[in-house]
Amino acid sequence: MSAVTLTDIVKRFGDFTAVHRMSLEIPEGGFVTLLGPSGCGKTTTLRMVAGLLDPTEGEIAIKGKRVNEVPIHKRNLGIVFQNYALFPHKTVAENVAFGLRYRDVPKSDIARRVQDALELVQLPDVGDRYPKALSGGQQQRIALARAVVIEPDVLLLDEPLSALDANLREDMRVELKRIQDRIGVTTIFVTHDQSEALAMSDEIVVMSNGRVEQVGPPEEVYNTPSSEFVARFLGASNILEASAEGRANGTVTLDVPHFGRIGVPAVRAPQIAGAGPAKLVLRAEKLTLAKPGTAPEDAVTVDGTVETVDYQGQAVRYFLRIGDAQFQAINMIDGHPFHEGDAVSVILRPRDCSALPGGTA
Amino acid sequence: MTVEAREARQPWILLSPALSAVALLLFVPLIFIVVYSFWLRSAAGADQVGFYLDNWQEALSDPFYRDILLNTLKIAAITTLVCALMGYPAAYFIARSSGNKAVLLLLLMLPFWISYIIRTMSWINILGVSGAFNSALMAVGILDEPVQMLYNETTVILGLVHFLLPFMVLNVFVSLDGIDRNLEDAANSLGATKWQAFTQVTLPLSLPGLAAGGLLCFVLGAGTYITPLVLGGPTDAMFANLVYEAIITQLNWPLGSALSLMLLAVLGALVLIYNRYLGMAQLMKGLG
Repeated sequence: MSAVTLTDIVKRFGDFTAVHRMSLEIPEGGFVTLLGPSGCGKTTTLRMVAGLLDPTEGEIAIKGKRVNEVPIHKRNLGIVFQNYALFPHKTVAENVAFGLRYRDVPKSDIARRVQDALELVQLPDVGDRYPKALSGGQQQRIALARAVVIEPDVLLLDEPLSALDANLREDMRVELKRIQDRIGVTTIFVTHDQSEALAMSDEIVVMSNGRVEQVGPPEEVYNTPSSEFVARFLGASNILEASAEGRANGTVTLDVPHFGRIGVPAVRAPQIAGAGPAKLVLRAEKLTLAKPGTAPEDAVTVDGTVETVDYQGQAVRYFLRIGDAQFQAINMIDGHPFHEGDAVSVILRPRDCSALPGGTA
Repeated sequence: MTVEAREARQPWILLSPALSAVALLLFVPLIFIVVYSFWLRSAAGADQVGFYLDNWQEALSDPFYRDILLNTLKIAAITTLVCALMGYPAAYFIARSSGNKAVLLLLLMLPFWISYIIRTMSWINILGVSGAFNSALMAVGILDEPVQMLYNETTVILGLVHFLLPFMVLNVFVSLDGIDRNLEDAANSLGATKWQAFTQVTLPLSLPGLAAGGLLCFVLGAGTYITPLVLGGPTDAMFANLVYEAIITQLNWPLGSALSLMLLAVLGALVLIYNRYLGMAQLMKGLG
């Protein structure tokens, strides 16, 4: 049985449709991320599951039971908000105990369960402080403790890391995943940050303009994007107009300008059945630069020129000119980075490519 | 001069016009009033300069003054309570309305464009013997002849509520508007009903605004003399009416001074208690 089932969910605000007929199944204990740019409908979807918004059409079921008519306070969900939403007039312990007071938990158990929850988030000693006295990261942990202490059926996380600064965000990401693994709660995570989504999820739901673009495990969504939007949203991609020549022996052969013929593994071109227009998706980090003439024999190689260098410390992003087209390549820095104006060999391995049907944008 | 000294001086330079105005227009007259209260009004009609305690003795010992002071505090308290009960939902509605807050706040401020006295007198046209309310009741046949509804304690409170309600709404609004909406959602998600979320989260967080609005309503209500003058009967005088009476009618400035200082002391004590527990900052927020 799925923990959460969305069936043909539609949400309209006046003339504006925020979510178009969305269906989704989230397995018990799963960590599912709704990923997309702002305005894609991910938060609207989360708020409908939470009961903060009513769907215009469709059915939401939690543990197999329709909850459309169940008010939020009876849904038994834990929500962590982007800005933490801790009660400023209550101590940390009172904040964490808040949900327990509405569940028939004996008084003696409340203190113990609050303490357990504080230990789970590694802040056992802050119970009698007020939220204001804690740092942003600590407040976020308390918000998480408050949400999980009630043993919710589903944990809903609304961009919980976006208010933290970069270093803390990565620590909290690991921490959040550790806690989720440990208590095994079904989790829906909303974010616009692809690296958070890739690092934490069992399954990613990529959304755009109120529609689901692709659903799949991180590797699949990353390696075999099902649309140009997904390819561009998850990391930097070069997308080339090409023409498919056919599908044979587990390979789809594409004729690509500048690069010639490339045999893409058929599993990474699932939407291409035969000959016709197609698009080749080249991940920027799979495009390797080398000094001219040093490329290995088995790879596809073209000559290019470095136009712009965007130095990022351990990696560098190059903007390249190959013929009349501009490409992006992200390479780890090994030795010396190339400079603007350098002539380079651009190397790609066909098995790192994926392909989409062409024709439509 | 060091940079520190210059920076320390700067706020005082900026404040000096306001401070001078307060000193000249408030503290100096106040000192005059204190001095006046120890003078004596002689039978001949001239003020006798000196240090007499007679006015204070009369003001503090005469049960007439004490009763009216208590009645004034009672009327101010009822007015404040009614303002709180009526103003809180209104403020909540404005704070939670989507988009048109500015228009609603403007509507709230609109009555301030009309003189307080005119607004008070408008009740005569509404509740008076030939007023709108009587006419309407007679037109539909509920009354055969007009009834005098004005000039009692209830109409005084009505007039005060009419005058003071915007102050309450504004203060509570400021407080409610500053509360993160997610807090109620968070409370709901944890199992609290809408009402429980309100009593557990929103209401406690808005109490400073409610207290600030309450203090303003109480102090302004207790200090008014126009409303009882226009809408009250002969027995509905409030304490400020006694001051008005002593100074304007009887020309007894020394007694009037003592009485006004008495009211100032009572209301001042209240403000000090408020400041002790809630601080003035909240009041400033509501006024700004």
